[in-house]
Amino acid sequence: MSDIIEQPRYGCALSAQQTVLAIPRALPIVHAGPGCASKSFAFAATGAGFQGEGYGGGSHISSTNTGESEVIFGGETSLAKEIKGALQILDGDLFVVLSGCTSDIVGDDSIAVAERFAAQGYPVVGTETAGFKGSSYYGHEIVIKSIIEQFIGSVEPKVQRGLVNVFAVVPFQDPFWRGDLEEIKRVLTGIGLEVNILFGNGSAGISEWANIPNAQFNLLISPSTGIDIVKLLQEKYDTPYLQYPLLPVGAKETSQFLRDVSVFAGLSPIRTERFIKEEEKRFYDYFISVSDFIGEYWNNLPVDFYTVGDSIYAPGISAFLVDELGLTPKKIYLTDELKPEWQQIITESLSARDRKLVTALTFENDGGRIEADIRQSADKAKRSIILGSSWEKFLALDIGSLYAYLSLPLDETVILNDTYTGYNGGLHLMSEIYSAVFKRKTATSRSIF
Amino acid sequence: MAVYKDMPEVEIRERRLNAILSYQGDAETLNIQSKKRKVKCPGSSYNQCSQCAEGCAETITYHVIGAAVVSHAPIGCSIGVSPRHILSRAVSKNRGLPEHKVQMISSNINEEDTVYGASKKLFAAIYEADRRFKPKTIFLQASCASGIIGEDMESIARQAEEKLHYPVVPVYCEGFKSNIWSTGFDAAFHAVLRRLVKPAQKKQHDLVNIFNFAGSDTFIPFLHKLGLRVNYLVPMATLEQIASLTEAACTAHICETLATYVAAALEEQYGVPEVKVPPPFGINWTDGWLREIAKYTDRLDLAEQVIAQEHERIQPELEKLRTQLAGKTVYVLSGDAFAHNLANIAKDLNLKVIGLSTLHHDLHFETPQQVNTLDALIKSNGNIKNVTVCNKQPYRILKLLQDIKPDVLIVRHPNLAPFGMKLGIPTLSEGDGNYSIGYDGVLKFGRRLIELLAAKNLFNNIALHAKLPYSKWWQQNSIVNFNNTQDGGL
Repeated sequence: MSDIIEQPRYGCALSAQQTVLAIPRALPIVHAGPGCASKSFAFAATGAGFQGEGYGGGSHISSTNTGESEVIFGGETSLAKEIKGALQILDGDLFVVLSGCTSDIVGDDSIAVAERFAAQGYPVVGTETAGFKGSSYYGHEIVIKSIIEQFIGSVEPKVQRGLVNVFAVVPFQDPFWRGDLEEIKRVLTGIGLEVNILFGNGSAGISEWANIPNAQFNLLISPSTGIDIVKLLQEKYDTPYLQYPLLPVGAKETSQFLRDVSVFAGLSPIRTERFIKEEEKRFYDYFISVSDFIGEYWNNLPVDFYTVGDSIYAPGISAFLVDELGLTPKKIYLTDELKPEWQQIITESLSARDRKLVTALTFENDGGRIEADIRQSADKAKRSIILGSSWEKFLALDIGSLYAYLSLPLDETVILNDTYTGYNGGLHLMSEIYSAVFKRKTATSRSIF
Repeated sequence: MAVYKDMPEVEIRERRLNAILSYQGDAETLNIQSKKRKVKCPGSSYNQCSQCAEGCAETITYHVIGAAVVSHAPIGCSIGVSPRHILSRAVSKNRGLPEHKVQMISSNINEEDTVYGASKKLFAAIYEADRRFKPKTIFLQASCASGIIGEDMESIARQAEEKLHYPVVPVYCEGFKSNIWSTGFDAAFHAVLRRLVKPAQKKQHDLVNIFNFAGSDTFIPFLHKLGLRVNYLVPMATLEQIASLTEAACTAHICETLATYVAAALEEQYGVPEVKVPPPFGINWTDGWLREIAKYTDRLDLAEQVIAQEHERIQPELEKLRTQLAGKTVYVLSGDAFAHNLANIAKDLNLKVIGLSTLHHDLHFETPQQVNTLDALIKSNGNIKNVTVCNKQPYRILKLLQDIKPDVLIVRHPNLAPFGMKLGIPTLSEGDGNYSIGYDGVLKFGRRLIELLAAKNLFNNIALHAKLPYSKWWQQNSIVNFNNTQDGGL
């Protein structure tokens, strides 16, 4: 991990405006300098495969655009006026205030201002997300915890058997979040759960959030970000949680994931196994159909790989590449800032799959160092595939490696419902890995790289 | 009063140019009121997100070939580096330059730094940038955080310079200092003028400085017709090009907002004359621009020949386009003063400009002699009834577009295209600021509009399914009423 950063892979805490926007009909109110919301949006939405402003993002984001007068005299009055304006002009179910560096350094109490509106019955939540306080992962947790504390509040849970809240990838910071969450919801529904997916198209929005305390359990699919959220829910509503630290990618891991969840939830094993069987049949039909290609184009295909992504994403992807596709991991760079106990969880979950994965692990948030490290270690670059961001694409083109897109920033591709998660995600990942050989130069069954 | 002052910072636009962020009325009134420095600017206590000076400074500093940038900021301020890098690659290729890699390191200011100071980290970032990139100049970009905690970037730059033996140049582009994001251009140009520009060794009488936004290579072939060479500035220029830009015969630019400060300073400090007519967008402005350039480069007869030949050359296709586009209405939404350029092309194509919004407006420029494109646009186009000054603010602009219902929306700026798209208005994005210059620019503009109008099904489809995030109150009331309701209630 580095103090200074070249080629950044994540935004600051204020980027969690995108977490708000990922909740249907929730709208951010940014209390920060004039450029903060636009920059966060440009990186995490435009730069995540052109995800667009959606319902209320992009230029629609409310912002106090704090200037000299707020820095000198304080910005609480401006914020109060901004919230009032937003409530009148905008059509949203939940408004989340996010403060930036200017307001937090000068000491505005943004949360207190938000609370004044909440006390009058308006659905307003306040958070402090100054960029210097942490990354977009930190901001994501702050936003969710604040919604739980301030909007859902202290209610008596009415536990609904079979209902699960899912906390997994960070929306937008995972450019494939929309497809990933759809797939997670699909497979969990397949084994008989009712799923509060909370973000994106599959979420009912605020009514679903209000229902969070009633879940039978919380499911955390992450070794890192999100732990504080499920712990808070356990403390607040006495809801137990299952942490599955590895993103399930491909049939083997997804089936294992579903079995673990099924046991934890006390679901019918018969139904779970029936679903798994159907899914695996379909998955391996596709898998086998591409094996002709693998055989005939073997001399063009990658034999080893680098992954560059966050701790929620890259380990699961890497495990699939090793476990099901037989690739060798050169390096797995985890780009989010990881606490030592999180690093421990990652190491344990990977060593349970394959020791090679642990050896390849590197914790690094400085893209410049990642680039230098790959350049230095790429001895047979032509047989490597690098999965990462636009930065890794340029590096791959430069050193003659293959590439596929995995993580932010992604400024040269359009992402819709693509996913790398679950059964469908494994298939999609295979099509990306194998199609990559045609992006370099003409590849034929006779060419040998 | 001198345009350029030998101080660390240039005055912000609000104070220097009386720049404004709001106006609603017609073009003539805005022009008259601007000249009297008395424009009615309805304020609003509700705003949607704007942009900041730091982002505009990046558009200059990130693209200086041979330089590196240290962003003294939390990481969120410098996350735009990847698209800028991609732009650099694209423009390098287009202009036949060696591939330019954006070289940026963020000092990644954290909470502790805001309490105890971040100068140590800044030094570390500077020396690391030196080690990684081996640059010949390092720009230090300030941020809101570094500004408020009072980092002494002047003395840090001086100390670093003593060690590195090349310029380490602070750029004071703190976002909170100005709500006019174009202030960031001035901040970057001020840094360039202060530290990188050198007096001319010898004059190059056939060289023209063109200040632009890392655009495509349209000026070289265009000025080649006059036997002139082009010095594209500042994005995608080398440090040597920047140092010697004082040798050029004259300075021109594609947009006053971008470059009137640097151009006026160059004329004042180094005697490089600035072209004081509107930039070459639309036929009449192109004619005038060529004549003005010819005046400074002593080739007036040749200019007249070229103008006559070019008019004749484009005439057949222009007539065809004018017939096809006759009577279509357009609304132009873009930065001040680039919007005026786009509007001036529209009139050549027989389009009717029924609305114009600029993202800010400078009531005047650095010197009284500098061009006023609003004035020029009114002269060539007549008055425009619906003119707005507004820093994006879709809650306002969408209402206007709904009322005015133009056939086409023309935009230049990120995140503006959805305004038209979601209302089903075919929307043309003018990304590359150099693309539509000159006589061919008018033709290319017309061709693109015809292609755009043919895709109407797409825009209808988007409008049918898009939902706007605005309340019933917004739908049913005029935005003028909104400001009046601010004091009641909560």
